[in-house]
Amino acid sequence: MKQFFAFVKKEFYHIWRDKRTLFILLGMPITQIIIFGFALTNEVKNSKMAILDFSKDVSSHELIQKISSSKYFDVSNVLTRYDEVEPLFKKGKIKVVLVIPQQFSNELLHANQTKLQLICDASDPNVANTIVNYATAIIKDFQNTIVQDQKLPYRIETEVRMMYNPELKGAYSFVPGVMALILMLTCAMMTSIAIVKEKEMGTMEVILVSPLKPFRVVLAKAVPYMLLSMVNVITILLLSVYVLDVPISGNLSLLISESLLFTITSLALGLLISSITDSQQVAMLISLMGLFLPTTVFSGYMFPIENMPLPLQIMSNIVPAKWYYYIVKTIMIKGLGFTYVWKETLILIGMTVVLFAFSIKNFKTRLA
Amino acid sequence: MNKEKVIVAEGLTKRFGDFVAVDHISFEVSKSEIFGFLGANGAGKTTAMRMLCGLSIPTSGKALVAGYDVFKDTDNIKNSIGYMSQKFSLYEDLTIRENIRFYGGIYGLTKKQIQDKTSYLVDHLHLQNHQNSLVKSLPLGWKQKLAFSVAIVHDPAIVFLDEPTGGVDPVTRREFWELIYDASERGITIFVTTHYMDEAEYCNRVSIMVDGRIEALDTPKALKINYDSASMDEVFLKLARKAVRGE
Repeated sequence: MKQFFAFVKKEFYHIWRDKRTLFILLGMPITQIIIFGFALTNEVKNSKMAILDFSKDVSSHELIQKISSSKYFDVSNVLTRYDEVEPLFKKGKIKVVLVIPQQFSNELLHANQTKLQLICDASDPNVANTIVNYATAIIKDFQNTIVQDQKLPYRIETEVRMMYNPELKGAYSFVPGVMALILMLTCAMMTSIAIVKEKEMGTMEVILVSPLKPFRVVLAKAVPYMLLSMVNVITILLLSVYVLDVPISGNLSLLISESLLFTITSLALGLLISSITDSQQVAMLISLMGLFLPTTVFSGYMFPIENMPLPLQIMSNIVPAKWYYYIVKTIMIKGLGFTYVWKETLILIGMTVVLFAFSIKNFKTRLA
Repeated sequence: MNKEKVIVAEGLTKRFGDFVAVDHISFEVSKSEIFGFLGANGAGKTTAMRMLCGLSIPTSGKALVAGYDVFKDTDNIKNSIGYMSQKFSLYEDLTIRENIRFYGGIYGLTKKQIQDKTSYLVDHLHLQNHQNSLVKSLPLGWKQKLAFSVAIVHDPAIVFLDEPTGGVDPVTRREFWELIYDASERGITIFVTTHYMDEAEYCNRVSIMVDGRIEALDTPKALKINYDSASMDEVFLKLARKAVRGE
């Protein structure tokens, strides 16, 4: 045991001496959270809108008022003719045009039915979709205020409640995603690099000749990165609660234990990588291509897995981050307990065991 | 020379599939002897050495290292040997003191022992002014001497040196060998592989491996007489030329 601690201590010296890497390791979660939390939101605010109002009456005026007072739209241009629309889009000045027909007020009040047209720049489909949704919601709201005092024969009202994330904040899905990403990177990449570095330097040989058991060596190399990762988990959670206003609805200790489990899974992956290569560059490349990419693509926090083609959906199952992401989302955002994530936890444990078995086997055959 | 035998190998063999890397080698090394283990690249030196260090299980044969069986007792072997590889084996981003403490630590020395060893080594190698500087700031020759001292920090019965003086100038090499003689006088057996034939002359006895077998084993003096050569260089060339195996 004393030998083990001597090793762990040495490992901390390495990390401490390499200030630049340490800075990156501890700074990464902070920058990621801030970038994802503030820069990358799903919300589209202040979209430039042009109005082509053919009716120019009380109702149309009210509608325009309502739209321009919302935080989602800026009415920037008022048009008079249809052929003014296209040039504006071409210049990229506006995102959307609202066309109000001539008989708007009249039809609305007397025929009880009218039409509006939204013309949208769909070169970015997600943004276009969001904008149209916002506009439709405002128009519907406008309609409701008019209809209020009238009795309609039939009326279906949908009352929408957004569970778990009432304000539809992007941060609710980014925080668990960033946690998965950061843990994967610090643990898997850093351990694999740290082990391969010993091989490159030739110190691994000396250590293997020493009475230290190979398994303990590997463990001793992993322990410091595990601690660092836990520091990162705490940092991310603090930032998300106090800076991004994403509360931890579930049990904190359960969340931390699951994070610890995922850390160990990532470590096992790092070990596997270090057992198949002898150079730091290769270890880094494999970690980036083999872990970073699948983690961002397949964990589900950037692109919904449900929308992927079936083969990709099946593939996503072997990405540990997908399960961890689900677990964090369930505990942290939905506030549910262990009974809701035990299956995913078991899958992670299973993956960890298999990865460990593989890397130890690999490690041993290389020695013989 | 009726001394205690610390390495005894009998018909030691290692096969990788069809390839016989080490082919029935037998030899003995006595306590505090400096034993040179020579051979061209690919002759099987490293494989033989790995088996003796307990890193690789032999295919057949017998070997005792410090009295322990290489098949069953590798843990005890590891506790009784030191090792220094051709790659420089200290941590560059640790200070001299930290390196000594680390290697002392993994061999299970007590705090007191590590402290004593550290001050002894620092004095002995005249590193008083550098004990807290990072190893990477030292010249190569110093690093090598320090690496050797660290390899025997736990006073092992045997120390294995795998081409320890690669890339070092002749003067430093000479100084390095003084450390080796020193260790040998303290009763440590030295098992050294080298490519430098002047170093072979410093050894008590030398074995030369060709194609996985030991072709010659004797004192440098006797080898020169037997092979009718003026230097170890010539002896080595005469033997190594017989090799069929490539690099």
